[in-house]
Amino acid sequence: MKTQPNSTTAAASKSPFGQLIKQKLLLFIIYAILIITAIAVLYPVIWIILGSFNPGDTINATTYLPESLTIKHYVNLFNTTNYLIWYKNTLFVAVMNMILSTVLVVSAAYAFSRFRFPGRKQGLMVMLVLQMFPSFMGMIAIYILLLQLNLLDNLWGLILVYAGGSIPFGTWLVKGYFDGLPRSLEEAAKIDGASHTTIFVRIMMPLSVPMFTFIAVNNFIGPWMDFIFARLVILSDRNKTLAIGLFEMITGRTNNDFTTFAAGAVLVAIPITLLFLMLQKYIIEGLKAGANKG
Amino acid sequence: MISPNFPAVNKQTSRKPLISSLLSLLFMGLGQLYNRQFAKGLLMVIFEAYILIFWSSPIAKGIWGLVTLGEQVQVRSRGRIVEQGDHSIFLLVEGIIFLLALILLICFYIFSIGDAYKVRKGIEAGIPANDAKQSIKFAWERGYVYFLLAPAIIFTMFLTVLPLLFGILIAFTNYSGPNHLPPKHLVDWVGFKTFTNLFSLTNWSNTFFGVIKWTLLWAVLATATTYFTGLFYSLIINVKAIKFKKMWRTIYILPWAIPAFISILIFRNFFNAEFGPLNEYLGLIGIDKIPWLGDPFWAKVALVFVNTWLGFPFWLALMSGVLTNIDRDLYEAAEIDGASSWQRFQSITLPLVLFATAPLLIMSFAGNLNNFNIIYLFTEGGPVNMDYSFAGSTDILISWIFKLTLQQNQFNTASAVSILVFIIIAVFSIWNFRQTRAFKEEDMIQ
Repeated sequence: MKTQPNSTTAAASKSPFGQLIKQKLLLFIIYAILIITAIAVLYPVIWIILGSFNPGDTINATTYLPESLTIKHYVNLFNTTNYLIWYKNTLFVAVMNMILSTVLVVSAAYAFSRFRFPGRKQGLMVMLVLQMFPSFMGMIAIYILLLQLNLLDNLWGLILVYAGGSIPFGTWLVKGYFDGLPRSLEEAAKIDGASHTTIFVRIMMPLSVPMFTFIAVNNFIGPWMDFIFARLVILSDRNKTLAIGLFEMITGRTNNDFTTFAAGAVLVAIPITLLFLMLQKYIIEGLKAGANKG
Repeated sequence: MISPNFPAVNKQTSRKPLISSLLSLLFMGLGQLYNRQFAKGLLMVIFEAYILIFWSSPIAKGIWGLVTLGEQVQVRSRGRIVEQGDHSIFLLVEGIIFLLALILLICFYIFSIGDAYKVRKGIEAGIPANDAKQSIKFAWERGYVYFLLAPAIIFTMFLTVLPLLFGILIAFTNYSGPNHLPPKHLVDWVGFKTFTNLFSLTNWSNTFFGVIKWTLLWAVLATATTYFTGLFYSLIINVKAIKFKKMWRTIYILPWAIPAFISILIFRNFFNAEFGPLNEYLGLIGIDKIPWLGDPFWAKVALVFVNTWLGFPFWLALMSGVLTNIDRDLYEAAEIDGASSWQRFQSITLPLVLFATAPLLIMSFAGNLNNFNIIYLFTEGGPVNMDYSFAGSTDILISWIFKLTLQQNQFNTASAVSILVFIIIAVFSIWNFRQTRAFKEEDMIQ
């Protein structure tokens, strides 16, 4: 690493020996802090993993290191709850939302970035204002709308709500990214007689892989985390997504389901965490771009 | 443009564009027919006729519903519904849909008038009007962009604009339990009464100001703790002599990578006063059980702690990136000038990091103002606060709105509070936006 303003440049010290001790001490303190923090960061993770293999049922049984390990909570999860169905529901909603949102956002962003048409400025302004409203301000209306369309308690209803909600922010973000791409290639293609669609598929798409990844991942992960809209739209146990299912497991009065919850949580967290770690570069870049483009 | 072939025609018929636009005003498509664009004109005539015949009464009914919110109260006798009555809320939603449709129609109408005028003007100047084939080709070229936008527009209209309009309008009605809930009762327009109640009735204003105070404090604390914790760890990991930098960073990014709702639910159990491990450990070192989620103060402490745990990895990742990109020469130059390490930190590292992260800092602050998930999943707004209406001690505005809406049926108050939240967020965002000047730069790329 290039920068280290705090320490290690012993060049201008009075007594080299004293400086060395000071430095060692400082390093020791830093390592101590790092290790303690690592424990604090890892503790809940380890606790929940151990909990899911712990023979007991309640939280207090999972406080200490277990004497034996069991997979009965995982078996329980699949036999006594609809966990597998929730998992399938969530996966379905996530994939569909990813596809639908990406198509909607990218086509709108392409239009705003590369075309000049009446209503463009107003459209952008409207998008900007829309994303400032608290998202569930429109909840009641969405509820009534879905009720009228017969999409209440239906996974497609949920997908539509997510996709609709992702447009204003996503469009601004991707438009900003497209604006930054050079136009010379497109112009050359246009001279060669390429259509808008060809230009988009052959030129814009390959150049926009990082941004597409960010948008797709964001919309894929969203449904795993969302709680509010899933609660609003989904009514029956069969249509629940994981977030609601797990929340309800643990908020009952008795807390008896804690270890089953732990097993369920582990199975959700592993794939999502891995996905995130693999794609974190894109996620950080995307968030930075989002902040700079409003 | 003067066309030398038809100078006489040009002079005589200068009123023709006006006539064609007046014809279009009279009935959509007439102007186009007058301009001899028969296919186009006929389509427009048919379109307007269709709207007039089949849709004028639904539109009129929709607008009536929007204005009156229904007039017929549901009549029951002996528990049975005798007369269904008007459902004010359905009428309101339908009214908005028809209003939006009407606005679109009017836009199209205006477009058709303008089109008739323009085409005629072109004819006068010697440019022949497009025939049907050309029109379609032209529409495809010019319309490609609208074709691209159409899906997004439809989605945004129905799932964002319409619900928001509805949400805003609700604030000006008395839609609330227990006396104004359809279908049993009607809802009426009440103007700004909901807002004045919010400020003047003590049970509302107590809650409102109390919740606002905590919301702002929460947003500041949540942003500051995550930001500075992230800064601190990014700096110490960045110290040259520290080994395994990559390992530390990977471990520390975990809280960000794990789905937040799971971590929050885990912590909810971790802080459980009766059975949770934290109190158990504290007991081992002789500290009495702390009512983490049962006491307003401790609940807030726990919230800030959990939020720091969840939030610092984001800043850590971001700042590590900034730190590795700082030009090394800057430090060398500073060293030659005899700057101490503290001075180098203060005048090189800190400003550069702050500069690079400032826009995100503001975004994160706005995000924390509306951080519903952590509040609701961790404390559900609790513990109970006797002085508040429908809010607990740790409720922030957004979770209070949620409770008002989904649990208490206080729709009008919820909507009024939402509007106020919007105003706060909008001020921040616009300020942020002007800082980044994205919108000004926007037109430089032409």
